[in-house]
Parts: sequence; structure tokens; C-alpha cells
Amino acid sequence: MAFEPAKQKYTGSIREVVLGTGDKAVKIGGRSAYPFYTFEGEMPNPPKVAMEIWDKDPNGEWSEVALEPFKDVVSDPVAWAKKCVEEYGAEILVIQTKSADPNAENKPAVEVAEVVKKVVDAVDVPVVVWGVANHEKDTEVMRAVAEKCAGKNVAIAPVEEGDYKQIGAACLGYKHTVVASSPIDVNLAKQLNILLNNLGVPENKIVIDPTTGGLGYGLEYTYSVMERITQAALTQGDDKLQQPIICNVANEVWKCKEANQTTEEAPELGDQKTRGVMMEAVTAIDLLLAGADVVVMRHPEAIQLVKGFIEKMM
Amino acid sequence: MGLTGIEIFKLLPKTNCGDCGVPTCLAFAMNLASGKAELDACPHVSEEAKEKLAADSAPPVRPLTVGAGDYAVKVGGETVLFRHEKTFVNKPGLATLVTTDEDEASVNGKLERFKACQFERVDLNLRPEMFAVKDTSGDAAKFTALAKKISDATGAALILMSDSVDALKAAATELKDQKPMIYAATADNADALGELAKETGCPLAVKGDGTLDGVIALTQKLTGMGLKDLIIDTGTRDLKKAFEEQIHIRRAAIKDRFRPLGFPTIVFANEMADDLLNEGVVAATFIAKYAAFIVMSDVKPEVTFPLLLERLNIYTDPQRPMTAEQGIYPINNPDENSPVLVTCNFSLTYFIVGGEIESSRQPAWLLVQDTEGLSVMTAWAAGKFNGETVGTFVSKCGIMDKVKHKSIVIPGYAAAISGELEEELPGWTVVVGPREASHIPKFLKEFKPE
Ligand code: B12
Ligand code: SF4
Repeated sequence: MAFEPAKQKYTGSIREVVLGTGDKAVKIGGRSAYPFYTFEGEMPNPPKVAMEIWDKDPNGEWSEVALEPFKDVVSDPVAWAKKCVEEYGAEILVIQTKSADPNAENKPAVEVAEVVKKVVDAVDVPVVVWGVANHEKDTEVMRAVAEKCAGKNVAIAPVEEGDYKQIGAACLGYKHTVVASSPIDVNLAKQLNILLNNLGVPENKIVIDPTTGGLGYGLEYTYSVMERITQAALTQGDDKLQQPIICNVANEVWKCKEANQTTEEAPELGDQKTRGVMMEAVTAIDLLLAGADVVVMRHPEAIQLVKGFIEKMM
Repeated sequence: MGLTGIEIFKLLPKTNCGDCGVPTCLAFAMNLASGKAELDACPHVSEEAKEKLAADSAPPVRPLTVGAGDYAVKVGGETVLFRHEKTFVNKPGLATLVTTDEDEASVNGKLERFKACQFERVDLNLRPEMFAVKDTSGDAAKFTALAKKISDATGAALILMSDSVDALKAAATELKDQKPMIYAATADNADALGELAKETGCPLAVKGDGTLDGVIALTQKLTGMGLKDLIIDTGTRDLKKAFEEQIHIRRAAIKDRFRPLGFPTIVFANEMADDLLNEGVVAATFIAKYAAFIVMSDVKPEVTFPLLLERLNIYTDPQRPMTAEQGIYPINNPDENSPVLVTCNFSLTYFIVGGEIESSRQPAWLLVQDTEGLSVMTAWAAGKFNGETVGTFVSKCGIMDKVKHKSIVIPGYAAAISGELEEELPGWTVVVGPREASHIPKFLKEFKPE
């Protein structure tokens, strides 16, 4: 008698959310099985790699190997954005508003929003605007962003319990998508989604950010919380967790010491570029296996590896 | 484990003699089923029932060890599909391939890189532990010599790979004390290799024809011959299909207690990708999803290190963060004028911060406060690393008897506690240190406590 593998029963599915507008809008979610378990459920939209840019020159903060591919454009966010889309084929762009950080440059909100607007106008792919996780400042910046980018359906992150009312309302008013961010906790993720619903943000406008830990620096916590969110959504009928997930990968991985030590500083760890690329790719793969619908990445070679992985797994 | 109380009851003598400490066989059966009793407590149970019950309570994925000594790799013994349900217990062994047609320089290069590929982290030694030695010509003497050379030079656990039964026989007999894995039994040679595995006591891999039915036929045949330590290679080399199989195998073993698939698995990343980085992608996939052995074509720290970190993360107990002991840690022989720094007792944090202080070559006292294994910001957010807790700890830990100055350096990310902490420690200066530990050496070179 032939072996019949046992099938997991699924009672729910992840909602579809559309990022951006027009021809290049991207649909994410829609999955009715564990990630890549297409032998027992549907995965209509392959997960996406989003490419990140900063709104300020990252010289001095990025290691040489991460900077190298973008050397010619890092001082100009618009040129940088275009390079990602035109040269590297980015399907989603993330702009990190680092210039707004009150602990650093603290650029005024209007100025930050103006640069974001220019980037959004310069590309036709969906844009995610990622703040600095400071409630007051993000509120100011994102309100301005929401208004200036009206009609573009940008996604705004991170929207946290401490600022969801202000930023959520702005997203609602200008029909943008909310990235609901909570610190590695199933219940907190669920609660924030409920709060956003109560505010009037529709379910097809919410993406979950579970908070990302880097490889060797907390990845295991993010991995498991995502598996738990996925289980709750798909097998326990928890409809408040049936949202797609986005992970801000590059920002965490490239902070790790081992991604930044040069080949000379740490010869025992081998070639720095390959090491950094592999650290980024491995983190992204783990998070995709745990349920990420979008991974935000930096290095073009890591991105290529991960895109290849997704293609083979679909 | 899998059997119900009633099923167990049917296997007991049903005499209700009470020698087991409970009045009836049924009550005893119920206790067995719920894990409250041990079978040994009944002196009257038949041999046959013992065997059945032992088989039933055996772990769903057969635990076994490849290799001997320092580099022995224990795999299997897993009981869950998701790490948050309990924990993944036995990390997959990472192997590098060498073949008999490879030139000496290439082999020696791999041996050297293997030996150098070791990393200290959170007090653990992270390293790959295996070589897969592959015979390409059927030359038994050459194959045995290569396997022996690698074993002698590194102590690594070995996977002996050949299509020739004679070559495997020669090498496995020579190295049997090192418990290499014999690779692989197929429908054609299962009898001969089954015998060899029995004679040598070595674990034996089966290689299927790309179907689980093929694998099942092989493991059933070999367990029928009395073999227990088997490893499954399904024969598939396509990433997507291999992924699917790994899930079916683990599920069948754990959920259905389906014995023919209750064995650790091996994945050949080297045969599933065209370059080492893409092999790394395959390896990363199967570290997360259930492989027990992963073979790659080479060992290079820039690829292996990220995989070792991943393996460490995935196999960390999700219920319990690793912790360091609360206390005063003197680093680089500090004296009464040396700076005092405070951190939390999450192992990772302690080892990173301690490591940076050590490499700065500046003497310092590191105070490690018990935060129940939470990192600085997590502990702060949870109320376990604030002015009050840090203040109380600093006052009571005894550091005040060791230094003459009154300065304490706190983590940059904990800047918010500095006012509160100054109130708790009257007369002390609270200095906000850098945010990232990597900036500590520079900081310490310039900092003088007052
Ligand atoms: C993994 C993680 C967890 C894990 C716990 C891991 C652990 N063992 O601590 C879990 C999932 C359990 C968790 C839980 C929570 N978390 Co948490 N978590 C993280 C995460 C992703 C990584 C933390 C980590 O491991 N960092 C690595 C270690 C090594 O960093 P570290 O200890 O800070 O040490 C570094 C520096 O501080 C410095 N340093 C350390 N000591 C010293 C000393 C001196 C003198 C100096 C100079 C420097 C220095 O060196 C180190 C390396 O650079 C972060 C977000 C992120 N990406 O950072 C959030 C984060 C820390 N968590 C957060 C929160 C809010 C929580 C919760 C309170 C959520 C909740 N309400 O349940 C809970 C609290 C736990 C509880 N109640 O038990 C917030 C904190 C926000 C804030 N600033 O207030 C963060 C920042 C996420 C966020 N953006 O919201 N969390
Ligand atoms: S000792 Fe054995 S036979 Fe006697 S009551 Fe207990 S289970 Fe039954």
C-alpha cells in the first residue's frame, strides 16, 4: 500500500493586501497553508523582497561592503531609489527615514516628508516608509508623509501601540497601508490589529511587523513568534492575526558586529562581503520559512540568493 | 507513549495482584499511559509485552550518533514540529565533501579550513563536525586511505560514500571504532550493507529512489534484519520536493508514530546547487526544516559561520534564555581606580560586552545584574533593569568595597534610567556609555572614573 502523508488541516487563510497603486502595485498574502507548504494549500502570491534605501547618506554607518554597490547614489535618495528599481529590479522600495532620528540628525518632519515624496514620485513601484520608532517624531513625519503622498497607497511603518491613533488616522484619511508593529509577542500583535480595526482601518490595509532580531542576535524569537502567528491564523481560526507579515531584515542584520568586521579585523571569519551577504540571506530565508510575506533587504547579492530561493520554493 | 491505557491494559497479565503498588492492572496501565509509572514496577509482565511497550515508548525519531569522541554528532530524538512547542534538541551535523579523485592540495586545503573553522560564542564552541568521504572509482584501498587520513588529521565524524560494497566494507571495517555513517543502502545492495552495518556497528544510510515508498521499503527491510540506526536520504535533489519530503517524514514520525520514517535525514546541498553560496541557501533551509545531516562541497568560514549561527538560534531552547550568573566580573586585572560598568545577565549580552572590554585591554569591573536572562532594552521595558533594580544591585553586590571612585557606566540604550539611578546611588556619577558594545574599547581608552 502506498504511503499517504498526513495533511495539516487549515481553517483560515492570510488576507490579501495590495501595496502601491497602478500597474506595479504588489499583492501580498492570500496564503492558506504554512509557508511554501503548497502540497496542502494555496500560496497565490509569492513572498517579495523589498529593497531599502536611506533618506540620508549612510557613509560612516554602513560597512564598506554594503555601501559599495550604491556608492554613486547614496547621497541622493531619488537616484538611489531609481537605481534599485531600474538596475536591481526592486519590486517594492523601503525608505528608512533615518534623518528624522531625534538622537541624531533630527531633521524637521516637513523636510523629511518632502524627500519621501520625491522618492515616491520618482518610482512606479510600491513604497514603504519606515520611521525611527520614536512616537512623537514618527507621528509628525508620517502625518506629513501621508498627506503629501495622498493617493499613492504607501505603507507606513512602524505603527505602534503608542502612536497608532495618530498615524493610523493619517493612513485612514489618505488611504495608505498600516504596518502594525509590536515587540515579538503574539498577543500584542493581535491587540494592535484590533485597536486599528476599532479606529476604522480596514483589514486589507494592515500588515504585521513582528519586530525582527538579527542572526545570532534574537532571530530565534522572531522566528518562533512568526510561526505562532501563522499557526493561530491558519489553524486556530484567529481572524485578527490573518494579516501578511513584513520583516525589516537588513536594518538588523547589518548592525551585527560580525557583518561589519572587515576581513583584516577578523580573518578567521573569512571574506567580509560574502559573510555579510550570507548573514543577510540566511536571516531572510529563516523568516520566509516562518511566514514573512515581505523581507526588507540591502545587499544586491543577498537579494539575488533569496529571490532564487523563493523561485525554487514556489 | 502512543498507546492508550486500554491498549496497554490488554498487554498486562490482568491478575490484579497489586505487586506494582496499585490495586489493579487497569490502574497501572492508566498510570503507564500518562507517564506516572514505569513498566519495571510490574514483575509479572511478559517479554513480548515488554518489547511492544518499549517499542511504543521509543522516541519518534530514532536518536543515534555518528562519529566518536569530541566530534561525535548526536542526531534524532526530536519530538516536535515547531520549536516553540518544546525545543529542537540535536543540532544537524555539517559535513564537507572530499572525493578520491580530488588532488591532495585540495583535500589538505579543506582539512586546514575545517580545523580553523571554530568560533567561540556565548561560551560555546561553534564548528562544523563532519566530512563526507566519497569514493569515485571503486578503489577500496585508496578510499580507505583517504578516509583514514581525514579521520586521523581531524577527528571529524565521517560519512563513507561509495557505490561499491567492497570499498565500503574495507573503509568501515578499518574505521569502525570511529562509528562512521555508511552511505548508502539501496534496493540493490541492502542485504550486503545491512550485514556490514551489523558487523561493524556503524549507522547506515538508505538512499531512496526519490519516493517515500522507496524509502519505507528499505527501512522496513533493514529493521527486519535487526538494524536500528538508520538515516534517510530520499534520493531527491530538487529543493522544493526535498522540503516537502522533510515535512512529511517528520510529521509521519511524530504525529503518526510511523516507524518506517522515524529516522534522522541527510540532505546533500552540494548536489542541489551550483555554487557554495547557493549550497548555503539550501543548508539554511534544512537547518530550519528538519535535516539531521547536511553535506556541502567545501568549508569556508564566511559561509559556514552564518549557518552555525542559524543552527545555534534554531536549536536554542525557546522557553529559557541562556543566562550568566549575577555578580562582579573582573576583566584585565582591575584595581580600585578601574571603571565600573553594569549590564544584564542575558548570556549573549554578557559575552558581547565582556568580550569587548577584554579586547580593549583596559582593566575594568563588569557588574552583571540578574534580569532573568533578558537583554538590556527588553529588561528595561519589562521593569527589570531600571534605576531601582540597578541601584539596589550596585549597592549590595560589594563593588563599593573594591573601588575608590564613585562612577558607574550604564549601557547607552539604558540612558533613560540615569536620573533615577543617580537618586538611588547618592554621591555617584552615572555615565551613559555607548549604545553598541563595539564602541566600548574606544570609550574605555578615553574614560577616567572620578
Ligand atoms: C529578542 C527580543 C525579545 C525576546 C527576549 C530576548 C532576551 N533574552 O532578552 C522576547 C521575545 C522574550 C522579548 C520580550 C519583550 N520585549 Co523585546 N526585543 C527583542 C529584540 C528583537 C532583540 C533584543 C536582543 O536580544 N538584543 C541583543 C542584545 C545583545 O542586546 P543588548 O542586551 O541591548 O546589548 C547590546 C547593547 O545594549 C550594548 N550593551 C549591553 N550592555 C552594556 C553595558 C554597557 C556599560 C555598555 C556601554 C553597553 C552595553 O551591547 C550589546 C551589543 O551591542 C529587541 C529589538 C531589537 N531588534 O533590538 C526587542 C525589544 C528590546 N523588546 C522590546 C519590548 C517592549 C519587549 C516586551 C516588554 C514586550 C512585551 N510587552 O511583552 C517584552 C518584555 C519581556 C518580558 N516581559 O518578559 C522593545 C523595547 C522598547 C523600548 N526601548 O522600550 C524592543 C526594542 C523592541 C521594540 N522596538 O519595540 N523581546
Ligand atoms: S503488578 Fe502487574 S500483574 Fe500485578 S496488578 Fe500490577 S500490573 Fe497487574
